[in-house]
Amino acid sequence: MNKNAIITGLVVFIIAALLPFWINLGGTEAAPKPEISARAKAAGRCILDKYDMRADHMKLLGEWRNSVVRHSNRLYKTADGKIFTMSLSTGVQSCLGCHEGKAKFCDKCHNYAAVTPYCWECHTDPKEINQ
Amino acid sequence: MKKSRRNFLKVAGISALGIGAIPALKAVAVAESQSAPHAIEMKRKDALIAKRWGMVIDTRKLTDEIADEIVKTCRYAHNIPDFHNKPDRKKYPNLKPVKFNQEIKWIWEEKYEHAFPDKENEFLAEKFRKLTFLVTCNQCKYPPCVQACPTQATFKRPDGIVMIDFHRCIGCRFCMAACPFGSRSFNFRDPRPFIEKIDPDYPTRTRGVVEKCDFCAERLAKGKLPACAEVSKGAIIVGDLDDPDSEIRKLINANFTIRRKQELGTDPSVYYIM
Repeated sequence: MNKNAIITGLVVFIIAALLPFWINLGGTEAAPKPEISARAKAAGRCILDKYDMRADHMKLLGEWRNSVVRHSNRLYKTADGKIFTMSLSTGVQSCLGCHEGKAKFCDKCHNYAAVTPYCWECHTDPKEINQ
Repeated sequence: MKKSRRNFLKVAGISALGIGAIPALKAVAVAESQSAPHAIEMKRKDALIAKRWGMVIDTRKLTDEIADEIVKTCRYAHNIPDFHNKPDRKKYPNLKPVKFNQEIKWIWEEKYEHAFPDKENEFLAEKFRKLTFLVTCNQCKYPPCVQACPTQATFKRPDGIVMIDFHRCIGCRFCMAACPFGSRSFNFRDPRPFIEKIDPDYPTRTRGVVEKCDFCAERLAKGKLPACAEVSKGAIIVGDLDDPDSEIRKLINANFTIRRKQELGTDPSVYYIM
């Protein structure tokens, strides 16, 4: 008598525990590829290597923010001698200056990863803002 | 374990040597890290710098038209909202009704009795009563707002400019209570719908942060004078208060100037030529 109840309970538990995995099996989308603009492709290399940028761009932006606001340094000279303006969106030397269109570049991955950075609550995409 | 005096002295001697070698080791380490290529953060070559930024407002040259122009220029240059603007209903369909008792201002027009309440004599030259003064953040040498800020979002730069790190502001408004000049404004709501035309060269603010005049730090960094000074036709002059040969120090030397509420001891950096 007890044996039956235990086995039923176990089966129910295993099904409930594994259900989320079964539901997601095959239903997942591939990670989107951000669109690299022609300008960015021509430049070849971003501020850091591709994989470092992918992993650490938020840390870099945090450093830039402190540098610009706290120490009023606005230019960033990389180890290989390229100069960037430490800005998300102002001028051709900024992030959006090269990666034109934040919808195709920033938002694509952020939406997929379900992260909502609040950069754009204040900073503006010059292409989008006055439309 | 029993330690003999001889062994103890040996260990003590070696330890002392090790501690003595630390500076030498550090020097070597620094030399190594300098030789490897690494990124540098730097200023633009044309950036305007000063030991202590200050401003002189020449009330003799200030007319109502110039004052209006200055306020308007500042408003556009820094994406300051005007709640009397009609927002675009298509872009922002679900806006709450506007409360007109809130306003956001960086530099604004004020009458003598409000700009200098402590200097308001019973009898005063009539021209001063009628005159339009421009008031803004005084970039105090001893800024009470900086002391009040619990997150160090507001801080004083080495060159005297009192700045807000909008990223870091939590909207507690202690700084607004601390400022004796009312120079700070709070974003009670998202300002974007009420900005006539957004200048992409400067960020907007978001709901819940305090803002004020930042002496056009973003323009100084590019080698430009503050926007107000540029359109003031000589009524606003900025420069280095610590440099005795600077234009503003010469002006202060040659003319009678007053400052707002200087008895409070905040040491404002904005001087008014009367």
